[in-house]
Amino acid sequence: MTALWAVYRRELAAYFETPLAWVFLTAFSIAAPSFAWHVGGLFESGRADLTPLFDYLPWLLMVLMPALAMRAWAEERETGTLEMLLAAPIPLWAAALAKFLAAWTIAAIALTLTFPLWAAVNYLGDPDNAAIATAYFGGLLLAGGYLAISQALSGTTSNQVVAFVLAMGVCLILTAAGLPLVLDAVASRLPGMFAEALAGLSALSRFDSLRRGVISLADLIYFISLIATGLALAMALIDTRRGGGR
Amino acid sequence: MIDAHDLVKHFGPTRAVDGISFSAQKGEVVALLGPNGAGKSTTMRMLTGCLEPDSGSAAIAGHDAVRARHAAQSALGYLPEGAPAYPAMTPRAFARFHLRVRGFTGKALHEAAELALERARMGEAANRPIGMLSKGFKRRAALAAAIAHDPAVLILDEPTDGLDPNQKDGVRALIRMMAPEKTILISTHLLDEVEAICTRAILITGGRIVSDTTPAGLISTAPDQSLAGAFRQLTRHSAEQTTARPARSRKETPA
Repeated sequence: MTALWAVYRRELAAYFETPLAWVFLTAFSIAAPSFAWHVGGLFESGRADLTPLFDYLPWLLMVLMPALAMRAWAEERETGTLEMLLAAPIPLWAAALAKFLAAWTIAAIALTLTFPLWAAVNYLGDPDNAAIATAYFGGLLLAGGYLAISQALSGTTSNQVVAFVLAMGVCLILTAAGLPLVLDAVASRLPGMFAEALAGLSALSRFDSLRRGVISLADLIYFISLIATGLALAMALIDTRRGGGR
Repeated sequence: MIDAHDLVKHFGPTRAVDGISFSAQKGEVVALLGPNGAGKSTTMRMLTGCLEPDSGSAAIAGHDAVRARHAAQSALGYLPEGAPAYPAMTPRAFARFHLRVRGFTGKALHEAAELALERARMGEAANRPIGMLSKGFKRRAALAAAIAHDPAVLILDEPTDGLDPNQKDGVRALIRMMAPEKTILISTHLLDEVEAICTRAILITGGRIVSDTTPAGLISTAPDQSLAGAFRQLTRHSAEQTTARPARSRKETPA
C-alpha cells in the first residue's frame, strides 16, 4: 500500500505539474455543458433533468479518457523512467492501480465541474435527484472502464499519440457497439444472439440503464470487469518487458 | 552482496549475455567494462530485476532478483543508463518519491532526502524542474534518488557520463566516500575512472567475461602496460565481429 500511495501521489501531481490536467478539465467543463445546451437542448426540453448531459457523456468520455490515460505507460517508456520503476520495489499491480486511480480522480473532478448544471435544474424545477446521482455514478464507472482500457493500450507503445489513437478506436468500438444502428445491422445479417451479445459487450448499453437511474448488478459487474481487464492487460504488457512472458 | 550465476539473456536471435558469473562483496567497487553492446547494461538490468534472465540467477544482498524481487530491490539503489527522471518533478520531489516508495515517511523521509541532495551537490537546483536542468544536474538528481534510501548495494550505469571534469570528480568522491559501507557496481567507458575509484574490473565482450581482476592486474596484461591497451587487446575480437555484423541484426533492448 505504501508504494501504491506513493505512485498515486506522484501520478496525480504529474497531471497538475504539466498543462494536461488543466487543459483536460477546461476542455471538459466547456464541452460537457455545451453539448447539453446546444446539442441536447437542456433548457428547451421543458424537463427538469440532466438527460441531455448524460446522452452525450459517453461520446465525450470516449475522446477525453484516452487523452487522459495515453501517458500512463507510453511516457514512462519514452523517457526511460519505466526502467527505474521496474527496478524499484513496487508491485506491478500497485503501479497500474495507482496510475488508474490518479487518472480516475481527474475524471471525477471533471464530472463534479458539471454540478452547476445539476444545481440549475434544481433551481428551475423538481428533478429526480436520486436518478441524477445514479447517472453520475454510471458516468464515473464508464470513465473508469475507458481509462483502464486506455491505460492498457498505453502499455503497447512508447508513442503517446499512437496510444491515444489506439485507445480512442477501442473506446469507439465499445461505445458504438450499443447503438441501435449497429445492433439493427448485426441483427439483420446474423442470428439474434449475436446482436444480443454485442449489446451486452457495449459500454453504451450498460451505461444506458444507469443513465436512467437504474442500478443493476449485471451492469456493475460489467464495469468492474472492464476496469479489471484493462488493469490486468496493462500489467501483463509491462511484465512482458521484463522478459517474464518468454 | 551481488551474486550473478551463469546469467543468460537473448534478444531475438542475439545472445546478449552469455553465461556471466561473478560475486562482489561489501567494500568493493567493481567496474563493468566493455565495448558498446557487450552486455553490460543487460547484465545490470538482470541484477536489478528490470529484466528476467533466460537462465541463470542473480541475487542482491542474498535475495533472488526474480523470486524475491522486492526484497532484493529494497536493498538496491540503481542509476539506469541515461539517468532517466520525471522532467516535471524537482530533484527534491524525485528523491522523496523514491523514499516514499520504500516506506519512508515524516522526519526520516525529510532527512534522507536532504542528505542525498546534499551528497549529490544539488544546491539550488534541487527545487527546479528536472526537465529544465543541465545534463550534469539531471544525472546528479537521478543519483541522489538512487542513494537516498542508503542501500547496501549500488548499481550505477555510466554514472559520470556527460559530466564536466569537476562534476566527475564530485561523483567519484561520493562513490569513494560510500564505498567502505556498500557494494558498488558501475559500468563505464572511462578507463581513468576505473583506475581512480574501482577496486576490481570485470571486462565483458560478446556477453562473456574475458577478464576479472584488479585494475592493476588488467594493466599488467597489456603490452604497453595501460588500461587502454588491455581493453583493446581483450576486446579486439569482439570489435572485429561488430564491424562485420550487418546493421539490421541489431536489436532494441526492452525496458
